[in-house]
Amino acid sequence: MLGSTIALLVYLFIITYLGYLGYKHTKTSADYLVGGRQIHPLIMALSYGSTFISTSAIVGFGGAAGTLGMGLLWLTFLNIFVGIFVAFVIFGKRTRKMGHNIDAHTFPELLGNRFKSKFIQGFAGIIIFLFMPIYAAAVLKGGADFIQTHFGIAYEVSLLFFAAVVALYVWMGGIKGVMYTDAFQGIIMFIGMTFLLIFAYSKLGGITSAHTQLGDLFAKPEVQAQCEKIVKGGFNGWTSMPKWDSPVWWSLVTTIVMGVGIGVLAQPQLVVRFMTVKSNRELNRAVVSGGIFIFMMTGVAFIVGSLSNIFFFNESGNIAIAAAGGNDKIIPAFIKQFMPSWFGIIFFLSLIAAAMSTLSSQFHTMGTAIGRDVYEKTLQKKGSPIVITKTGILVGIVISVVIAFLANKLDTSMQIIATGTAMFFGLCAASFLPAYVSALYIKKISSKAIIAGMIAGFTVGIIWIFFIHEKEASSLQLCMALFGKTSIVKDTVFAKFAMIDPIVIALPASIIATTIGAFCSKTDVPKEHVDACFKGI
Amino acid sequence: MLGINDPWILLVYLLCILSAVACVVYGLVNWNKGAENEPAEMKEEIKWEKEETQIEENL
Repeated sequence: MLGSTIALLVYLFIITYLGYLGYKHTKTSADYLVGGRQIHPLIMALSYGSTFISTSAIVGFGGAAGTLGMGLLWLTFLNIFVGIFVAFVIFGKRTRKMGHNIDAHTFPELLGNRFKSKFIQGFAGIIIFLFMPIYAAAVLKGGADFIQTHFGIAYEVSLLFFAAVVALYVWMGGIKGVMYTDAFQGIIMFIGMTFLLIFAYSKLGGITSAHTQLGDLFAKPEVQAQCEKIVKGGFNGWTSMPKWDSPVWWSLVTTIVMGVGIGVLAQPQLVVRFMTVKSNRELNRAVVSGGIFIFMMTGVAFIVGSLSNIFFFNESGNIAIAAAGGNDKIIPAFIKQFMPSWFGIIFFLSLIAAAMSTLSSQFHTMGTAIGRDVYEKTLQKKGSPIVITKTGILVGIVISVVIAFLANKLDTSMQIIATGTAMFFGLCAASFLPAYVSALYIKKISSKAIIAGMIAGFTVGIIWIFFIHEKEASSLQLCMALFGKTSIVKDTVFAKFAMIDPIVIALPASIIATTIGAFCSKTDVPKEHVDACFKGI
Repeated sequence: MLGINDPWILLVYLLCILSAVACVVYGLVNWNKGAENEPAEMKEEIKWEKEETQIEENL
């Protein structure tokens, strides 16, 4: 306990110093928003990686791997291939150049300026400001859950303490402070996860032996008895994919793997990072550290999450979810029970770092969405952009903390953190992905087509989340209040739709609406402007 | 192989490692490519910086 407290204080001191450095180097609003576009590639990659990977990925999705098994590695593969390679090489380079050409400082501003539409910028800004708090709350809950388990203090206290620390340094430093601290936090996370992987495999006698034991564990009669409910849902063991077309399969493949794996491409807080570097060379270099970093984060979390079942079973005779007392508690309990205490401290800092790096960017993005995109650009109000952004950040933090507080009251067997994250990622993909791809690749498309796609994707996504996808609709409770059941398709011939994640329906809806819009409307963006956008691309 | 019987899980386990390796190879091969050193772009950069400072001063 004393060791953890000292380590935490040293860590907070370093973070404060880096936040201060960022503050000192922030002179213009371009500095505050996109780091003056001069950020070092390693810092950019570590910042992108540590922002992308949060406690949500490690605690929430690691816990989901403890329950659902190594099928979650499909998400790791998409995280590396789509989230790093495609995002940096295919999208990142054009985003950087175009962002520069049209002087965009935020993701909504990139879309708005590209199509010369205030509505697009404002609409995107509002979606981000209203829904990002759900994702931020999921990350806050991940951090607060861990502080609660580690120090044995009340959830509410750890939540408030944690939110206050993050708020302070985002408030001070702008994106430079955020990115400097992100990079430092990325290094701590890397060290922590490397130890964790080596420890888990070596304790179980090597890679092959560990996987074999995990496969054998599922065959044990007492484990079968504990898994009875989830096996009925299609679960086939931790080293197998769930049964095709079963509820567990749909949840794993559509919500967890596709929702987050594809949704990452249209994440406003990640896209803005491409605009912080000077040239494509920096993006090429960032691919190296980005690929390794993501592998060591989600890959390790999902492998160790699955393997934790062997540790828990050998110790208590219970599988991970039963022994830990909830999906989101698997990773914290595993660290506390099976890791040497000195490692507990390192891992504790890694997780706090992971949560802080993501939260800081989320708060920064929420603030810029309301301050820059809605207030300053769309409503054309005058005032100091930095003050408005900071006020937006403050409001965003308060909303996120309230949601995280309420989320703790939900059923603990639910994957609350993973679901909250997937919800935001899916909604972003449905609302922004077709618009983002069109902005970068299709010169002649009209702003009307983009608006049609954004509205269709967002509307279908929201309807699906609140009324059809049972997992989310049942926790949001609006469907229950209005229709008296957890999903409006429940007990009808369309009952199967209740298992399908919003992204599977809303993203195609958005693509179709954009395509129809493109064929039905003539381009309304002046040719000279389009040429200016694509200059040098 | 590797103690995993389900081919889908084995495939994805290997794909994760291969994709991380591919990122490293891509980055190293293109390490020095894409630097923005053309005179026109340098000029544009300076102009952009000036504009930015101007806007800030006006604000």
